[in-house]
Amino acid sequence: MGFEGIGASVRRKEDVRFLSGKGNYTDDINRPGQLHAYIRRADRPHARIDAIDTAAAAKAPGVVRVFTGADIAAENIGGIPCGWQIHNKDGSPMAEPMHPVLAVGKVRHVGDPVAVVIADSRQAAKNAAELIEIDYTDLPAVANLTDAVAPGAPEVHDGVKGNLCYDWVIGDKAVVDGVFANAHRVVKLELTNNRLIPNAMEPRAAIGDFDTSSGDYTLYTTSQNPHVIRLLMGAFVLHIPENKLRVVAPDVGGGFGSKIYHYAEEAIVTWAAGRVRRPVKWTAERSESFMSDAHGRDHVSTAEMAIDKDGVFLGLRITTLANMGAYLSTFAPAVPTYLYATLLAGVYKTPVIYCNVKAVFTNTVPVDAYRGAGRPEATYLLERLVDAIAYDTAIDKIELRRRNFIPADAFPYQTPVALQYDSGDYQTTLKVALQNAGWESFEGRRAEAKRRGKLRGIGISTYLEACGIAPSAVVGSLGARAGLYEVANIRVHPTGSVTVFTGTHSHGQGHETTLAQLVVDQLGVPLDQVEVVHGDTAKIPFGMGTYGSRSLAVGGSAMVKAMDKIIAKGKKIAAHLLEASVQDIEFKDNTFTVAGTDRSKTLTDVSLAAYVPHNYPIEELEPGLDETAFYDPKNFTFPGGCHIAEVEIDPETGVVDMVNFTAVDDVGRVVNPMIVEGQVQGGVAQGIGQALFESAIYDPEGQLLSGSFMDYTMPRANDIPPLSVATENTMCTHNPLGSKGCGEVGAIGSPPAVINAVVDALKDYGVRHLEMPATAAKIWSIIQSAQPRLAAE
Amino acid sequence: MYDFAYEKPGSLADAVKVLSADPDAKALAGGQTFIPVLKQRLNRPSTVVDLAKLGLTGITVSGDTVTIGAMTTHATIAANPDIKSKIPGLQHQASLIGDEAVRHRGTIGGSLANNDPAACYPSAVLALGGTIKTDRRSIPAEEFFQGMFTTALEPGEIITSVELPIPQKSAYEKFRNPASRYAIVGVFVAKFPSGVRLAITGAGQGGVFRHAEFEKALSANFAPEAIAGIATPADGLNGDIHASPEYRAHLIGVVSKRAVAKAA
Repeated sequence: MGFEGIGASVRRKEDVRFLSGKGNYTDDINRPGQLHAYIRRADRPHARIDAIDTAAAAKAPGVVRVFTGADIAAENIGGIPCGWQIHNKDGSPMAEPMHPVLAVGKVRHVGDPVAVVIADSRQAAKNAAELIEIDYTDLPAVANLTDAVAPGAPEVHDGVKGNLCYDWVIGDKAVVDGVFANAHRVVKLELTNNRLIPNAMEPRAAIGDFDTSSGDYTLYTTSQNPHVIRLLMGAFVLHIPENKLRVVAPDVGGGFGSKIYHYAEEAIVTWAAGRVRRPVKWTAERSESFMSDAHGRDHVSTAEMAIDKDGVFLGLRITTLANMGAYLSTFAPAVPTYLYATLLAGVYKTPVIYCNVKAVFTNTVPVDAYRGAGRPEATYLLERLVDAIAYDTAIDKIELRRRNFIPADAFPYQTPVALQYDSGDYQTTLKVALQNAGWESFEGRRAEAKRRGKLRGIGISTYLEACGIAPSAVVGSLGARAGLYEVANIRVHPTGSVTVFTGTHSHGQGHETTLAQLVVDQLGVPLDQVEVVHGDTAKIPFGMGTYGSRSLAVGGSAMVKAMDKIIAKGKKIAAHLLEASVQDIEFKDNTFTVAGTDRSKTLTDVSLAAYVPHNYPIEELEPGLDETAFYDPKNFTFPGGCHIAEVEIDPETGVVDMVNFTAVDDVGRVVNPMIVEGQVQGGVAQGIGQALFESAIYDPEGQLLSGSFMDYTMPRANDIPPLSVATENTMCTHNPLGSKGCGEVGAIGSPPAVINAVVDALKDYGVRHLEMPATAAKIWSIIQSAQPRLAAE
Repeated sequence: MYDFAYEKPGSLADAVKVLSADPDAKALAGGQTFIPVLKQRLNRPSTVVDLAKLGLTGITVSGDTVTIGAMTTHATIAANPDIKSKIPGLQHQASLIGDEAVRHRGTIGGSLANNDPAACYPSAVLALGGTIKTDRRSIPAEEFFQGMFTTALEPGEIITSVELPIPQKSAYEKFRNPASRYAIVGVFVAKFPSGVRLAITGAGQGGVFRHAEFEKALSANFAPEAIAGIATPADGLNGDIHASPEYRAHLIGVVSKRAVAKAA
């Protein structure tokens, strides 16, 4: 056994299970007497339901029951709740229309669930679902933001005027307008953040189980946060108290945000299981995933920066339209506000910022947080705008960034958009990234590529994000309807092995390894004697789950607190065993020692005494060695860094080839460098996907054109170049680990670096900006319509 | 998929009999298009007739012709040394179809019978002037491909093999749809003593087609420059979310030049 503690690249404990096909995913679970659900979904974006005839379906072979929205509406069942309330600039609350579990009266997007068939096989349920006759009257639909806010646009929800969910602002418009009026120059950029479909490898699935003897419900589901699902579904939808509802999220194959939210299918199978008194399973087909998993991004923005003659940023003014889709998903309203506009200072000391966000309903799948959630949108906008300033002013893009960076000695740094950054060193991550990427020698590579007939470009992004979400009181004041602390229960067993019960959830991140390494570090227990348990409300005291790169910074900190309690209690037990004063007991390397002596007891000696309390201070101390801690973070954490992309474009076809990618990130303390590298690689691959390939395309009437992998371009392994990933870390100052988070940095920092490289490659064609994704067809048409500036030379 | 009956006849005659007797029966070759179609419930056959036991596999070379059994997989074609030496364009083409799993199941006969307008093989068979052999007749490529997903095959008719004349030179170049990896434009060029034939897949609304102007120019001078100045009109070309007709028209020129450069 080598070094296994904090800083060791130990192999992932969970990978043997996953790589040998022994993972236990929701669809792998089968309960005795289990039935299957198939959901009949809307095939049209907006329609009135005039009648639903389920008679033929109910009589079809194998069918047990058919339920429609009317059946659900007849019971004491609520709509799918939204977890965050945003207020309009006039102080009134956002529009929050009912989101029924099964459609009532109207369908509002392709994929909206209308009816469910419960049958003894998937095949029987699907066959019967086709026999349901639905009479629709089609209604006019809106799919994109500009159509939805146009005067006279069809209303997605009756009474939600202009399809406006909210009209929110941050910053003082009058002050910012004043700065703009007196500025040397204003640089403006209009840009779109393309809509994405998450496409986790494992489609969503859910099994509802009802214990006819106890009346207890169990939901097995593909969730990033089972306690949140229990809370949302139990308290707001089905009205089942926590003591009668268990939610299990077993192995989950990727989430990227899309498995945070409470989805209708979870409520459907749980409720139906109680009605038919048998377990009910639903597993999404891939085409259902495309039209029912919450999508990501989808912003249209206008950004303006006021600058002085040296390119120093004086003020930032932004208006953004954000697509909510047809209904409000769990975190949706928070994404384009508190996870987006509060990040608009970025790494720059822009003194005043104003941002207006209008969130808009459309006849599309709900949009919610997707890897990065708001921060990629802010970073893309800011880093494209900075490059546009460099383009317009001819100031070197590196120099421009350096001039505006928040200096390393300015922390803690209060931004004009609410956040207070605790630490960072942007000059250093920039410097190292420039070295690692060979920035200085780029022009030689450009010239060499030109001799081969290729257009080579280099692009940079210096970014910052806020994660480790979040101080409960702060998010509560901003409209969150939940706390965002984390919970850990550390159980030292009688013979000294340890089980960690964490409220975070691993769906690819490697928590079974990383979190175990914290125990190795703090308690000195070998890695193979540490088990990490997550994903079961019957086992874990409580937890808010995994998203926003919070598991280590928040969940890991809760573990540190719980282990502090273990050590404190252990010292008392050791003091008793060693007949010493508790103040004299030191704990190090799995051993309690009387200071300055060789008298000691191992953690195992102590745990055995705790569980077999024959010689034990039983009057003062309870038996057992099992401690729980709730950790509520004091602040967000602020990872940041520099990403540099290098591309080559074939001018004959427009094809972009990613040739080099360099990431230097500041993620705070690194527990497992190998896992961090993997997290950054995965995030960068998703960022390259957004920048070059991926786009959820609706036609103007609301049909999803990119509704399968035949038309939705996922990045392939051979689309991603070898990635140079490094870290240059400053420590988070307010959590006990110093860790900031690494799960999203790749997806946040990379898209603007890639687009900046594409724009740089096309500089001879007078290109100042292009929208993501930079597909070959798009670049070819840009080349066609632009005369090379240098053509005459 | 919907329920269906399944039959796996042991002779061509039996297979033809089953398929001819029931208009709703469908033949299954490698299934790499057909099974996804079934899973999406876009087709509802009464019986699926599996052609795997008809002995229709194998590659033979005799004189100036390569004959490929209809049930020969893409992987077999891509790995065959005779194909590689006689028709390198076809070997390369087969190696580009789908992914490894698709290439080990998918067959040339199944692909030709389906005649997907973005499939690769129709371009090779048309450019090479091949002949499709069936249980009852021989069909020249020019007559076989009759538009998108449409062929000269009669109900119940089964492709048994395809005969391909060996060219002096051949090459295939494919510009892939970034999502599906089918051809947005695929160009197969073949040089024979009698002249050059060039066929394009992926681009045409009517499926695979030959490019007469390119062929004329290349027959006079088999070099990329020969077609550099010839514009292809966008009329009749496909447009979708990945490529407009104009982009495809442009790509036909670029991809054809690259195919010629590779073959020459």
